[in-house]
Amino acid sequence: MHMSRTHAGVQVNTDACFNFEFDGKTLQGCEGDTIASALLANGVVVIGRGFKYHRPRGVWGSWTEEPNAIVQVTLNKRTLPNCLATTTLLETGMQVKSVNAFPSAAFDIKGGLNLLRRWLGAGFYYKTFMWPNWHLFEPMIRKMAGLGAVSEQCFDDYVSDQLHETCDVLVVGAGPAGLVAARTAAEAGESVWLVDDHHTLGATHFYHEFIEGVAARSWIATQLTAIIAAGATVYSSTTAFGIYDHQLVGLMQLQGFAQAPRLIRLRASRIILATGAIDRPLLFRNNDLPGIFSQSAALDYLSNYGVSVGKRVGLASVHNADQVHDVFAKHAIEVVALNPQDEALSAIGRKQIQSVNTSTARESVDALVVCGGLTPTIHLWSHQQGGLRWQKNIHAFVPNREQAPAGLFVVGAAAGIYTLEDALSDAVHVAIGRASTPNLAAVSIPMPSAKTQNRDSQWIDVQHDVTVKDVDVAVQENYASVEHVKRYTTLGMAVDQGKTSNMLGLAALADKQKVSIPEVGITTFRPPFVPVPLVTYGGQHTHLHSKPPKRLVLEPTHRALNAALCEYGGWLRPGWYGDGRMDEHVQQEVLMTREQAGILDASALGKIEVMGPDARNFLNFVYYNRLDNLQPGHIRYGFMLTEGGSVYDDGVVWCMDEHRFLVSCSSSHVAGVEQLLESWRQDGNNPNQIYVHNATSQWATITVTGPKALDIVNALPLPIELNMAEFKHMRFLEATYQNHTLRIARVSFSGEISFELSVPTTQALMLWNDLLRIGKPLQAGPLGLEAMSVMRAEKGYIIVGKDTDGETMPHDLGFTGPRANKTAAFVGDRSLHTKTAQSSSRRQWVGFTVPKDQPMIPVGAHLVNGGDKPKSIGVVTSSYFSPTLQQPIALGLLEAGALRLGEQVSVWHMGQQSRAKVVSPCFYDVSGARLHAG
Amino acid sequence: MQQFPCPFCGERDEREFHFLAEAGKERPNTTVSIDDETWARYLYKQRNEKGEVQEIWMHLTCREVFLLKRHSVTMAVSESVSLRQGC
Ligand SMILES: [Zn+2]
Repeated sequence: MHMSRTHAGVQVNTDACFNFEFDGKTLQGCEGDTIASALLANGVVVIGRGFKYHRPRGVWGSWTEEPNAIVQVTLNKRTLPNCLATTTLLETGMQVKSVNAFPSAAFDIKGGLNLLRRWLGAGFYYKTFMWPNWHLFEPMIRKMAGLGAVSEQCFDDYVSDQLHETCDVLVVGAGPAGLVAARTAAEAGESVWLVDDHHTLGATHFYHEFIEGVAARSWIATQLTAIIAAGATVYSSTTAFGIYDHQLVGLMQLQGFAQAPRLIRLRASRIILATGAIDRPLLFRNNDLPGIFSQSAALDYLSNYGVSVGKRVGLASVHNADQVHDVFAKHAIEVVALNPQDEALSAIGRKQIQSVNTSTARESVDALVVCGGLTPTIHLWSHQQGGLRWQKNIHAFVPNREQAPAGLFVVGAAAGIYTLEDALSDAVHVAIGRASTPNLAAVSIPMPSAKTQNRDSQWIDVQHDVTVKDVDVAVQENYASVEHVKRYTTLGMAVDQGKTSNMLGLAALADKQKVSIPEVGITTFRPPFVPVPLVTYGGQHTHLHSKPPKRLVLEPTHRALNAALCEYGGWLRPGWYGDGRMDEHVQQEVLMTREQAGILDASALGKIEVMGPDARNFLNFVYYNRLDNLQPGHIRYGFMLTEGGSVYDDGVVWCMDEHRFLVSCSSSHVAGVEQLLESWRQDGNNPNQIYVHNATSQWATITVTGPKALDIVNALPLPIELNMAEFKHMRFLEATYQNHTLRIARVSFSGEISFELSVPTTQALMLWNDLLRIGKPLQAGPLGLEAMSVMRAEKGYIIVGKDTDGETMPHDLGFTGPRANKTAAFVGDRSLHTKTAQSSSRRQWVGFTVPKDQPMIPVGAHLVNGGDKPKSIGVVTSSYFSPTLQQPIALGLLEAGALRLGEQVSVWHMGQQSRAKVVSPCFYDVSGARLHAG
Repeated sequence: MQQFPCPFCGERDEREFHFLAEAGKERPNTTVSIDDETWARYLYKQRNEKGEVQEIWMHLTCREVFLLKRHSVTMAVSESVSLRQGC
């Protein structure tokens, strides 16, 4: 093949040429080429195969409206499977492959599918999914469908930047109307952004030789210079892909091949759309053949790339045909004028067009240029539900200015204004915020309808292989509404989102139903206007950045002790200490704690201070348990409920003094509890009488737990000595440690005597080191969260969210007192007395045991009643091998569990059934003698 | 992405806010006997209006709870009002 350029196009530099590959063949392209323009310059006409029937397909358009030319591109060892050839800039050494074609576009062994079309028509997917079983067809269809093969490569640097910007006026589109609007607004002193998705600004205009009496290209250059001089921000390669609430515009800025695009979230006070219009195809027999081009694309390739689509070109156009004729003639291209309105045209050719048949003649051509009218690009307008109006003389839906969304304006061809003078004067008015009523009646464009013959070879959506016949079938099968037809035929649902096919589809539907197009209506446009890589929305929020873990102040110390750091409720905390098998370490840490003592970093525990004259009554309302009678120095365990009565959090409340409390909630619920406290404080209470302060990050807490805990704490350099007879369970006191406040609370999650020691985070390392040093000769050492979790299970203590679900109420867990006796109002109170709450078959908190030699019961296993069809009557929520009891133990929720103690119950897991014994949830120190030891 | 005006902080992106409830819902006095119907209405019944709505939102970054008046169809925000009196 050889390069065939009629002249040097404006966008390409024919002095800078280089090699690239297409389906293994080496070709030459030039700087400024898109993949499509380079292929056309090399005489490549067949670029891919149709999605469903594998018919040969070529380039139709020259920009984002392109439905066919999707290729797979490899450059510098990076492969992207679905590049649009018409928008991807060609680079040296690119390896371009056709998709949906094996082994190449020109020779496709699945081309035979073309003959099976009868069975793959409208509703094919609907019918296949339903009958007899989708799974029979799935492998075959999956293999055939899709556009390219997903690369197994992972680009670690494929991460999008994200910027947040604001401006007074955003102009989308740098055609004549957009340029004039941007210049007018910028020169009026507004902060203006002008964006265009093309690589070169102002290159989209090729219809007019002169604008305002000046050569078009120099007019464009003058406008751009003035816009920049007036201080506007101007970006090419930048697509406005969506408009969202409150005038937020998503801008995708391309960064080069296989580089993640940048996302700019631009908030504009006014948005002026100058997005132009897209050429419509014509419906005739074999209108999908390679070598058939849209009129604007043919002009674009000619004027910007110096590429002629053919030497003897058929021209079937209902708009500006004379003008196009002249342009072609000027480039010595022979033009065969055709009449698409009155003639039933028929394209002939196997792999590409060879001739066009009319009713009277057969014309040999090597390309066919068509224009079936223009469709204003109103996607962004529609994203904000802008009103549309049917403009009969141009057969198009145009934006209705009387139903404009806030801050949204539209000018130029996108507004249906097809004469340059009208478009420019209207754009000036709109740019300075003046009312303007442009004349849309100046131009008339007919809309040729589908022909009655050969309806199965008049293609509406070439990307999804939908024909006029498919629309007929949909209507016959009563999928008559426009939204149904769209889904039944998949018309307009491909990657191109129907940019060329939507209006043809509406017209065919109207035609079939013998109604007008506005009566048929229009489907909804939704963002994005073009495909946007998902990483662009996510930006830097990946991996650890997507949900950064909260970190302990002592994390480096734990790492030095060889801690296995795991995520618990959003915090990175030591699960256990040491290398090797987790279960051995966990068992050893449990036994160490039960026999000597364990030292645990509990800094993640919530510490929310609630103070003020109304604090006591406020907490009494927010908590299930009574707090109105909690004395200073005392601590009480309690639940926070939702208004629906389910347990939201458990924790302990300290009474610091009459008007000051400390809410020590679960580490994973701190943010939620704080929000809950704040919302009740401000909505329903006097916020000037209560103050809520989250001090979680200001305090480090280290728990010493086990029979030696007292000895260890008393060996610290403290001004007091703890005396267990006076310092009872669920009390706290304040002391000083190294000149800082030390809070000591006697509370326990392990079942052993425990002291929670809290110091300002600055003192955490000193306290931790002191405790480890003192503990060491007593065989006490660091304790991880896994061992603590085993010990709390031995004790039958719950973890809210693990052992409870959204239906668990406090009385299901055995906490019945406040429900029966608390007289003051509290959150969730009334919900505890509904019929459901009183049901005798509620799932209640129980323990399970199995004989020592049997395997552990899996967490998540269902407890089932007997019978042929077992029904779930509960679920296992926690299960461990207890090192203390030397046997498996489990906990869970079981219907009427409290009445079933001692019974055997069936456990169902993954189709297997076993037996377990229902027991009290407390397996260890049932009398509490160790806990309350004094 | 919508923008809401916090009475303290001014216009901020909607993701900084948390919806709490429709405005005007009063918690029944639960210290006296109330029927299931009354309680269920308080718990579950939402006006869910099309058009002008009044809602209680929290600005999570400053924790101010306030009344927001907005339009549920056009998404236009008309006003935000502090719940506090005289400060
Ligand atoms: Zn605020």
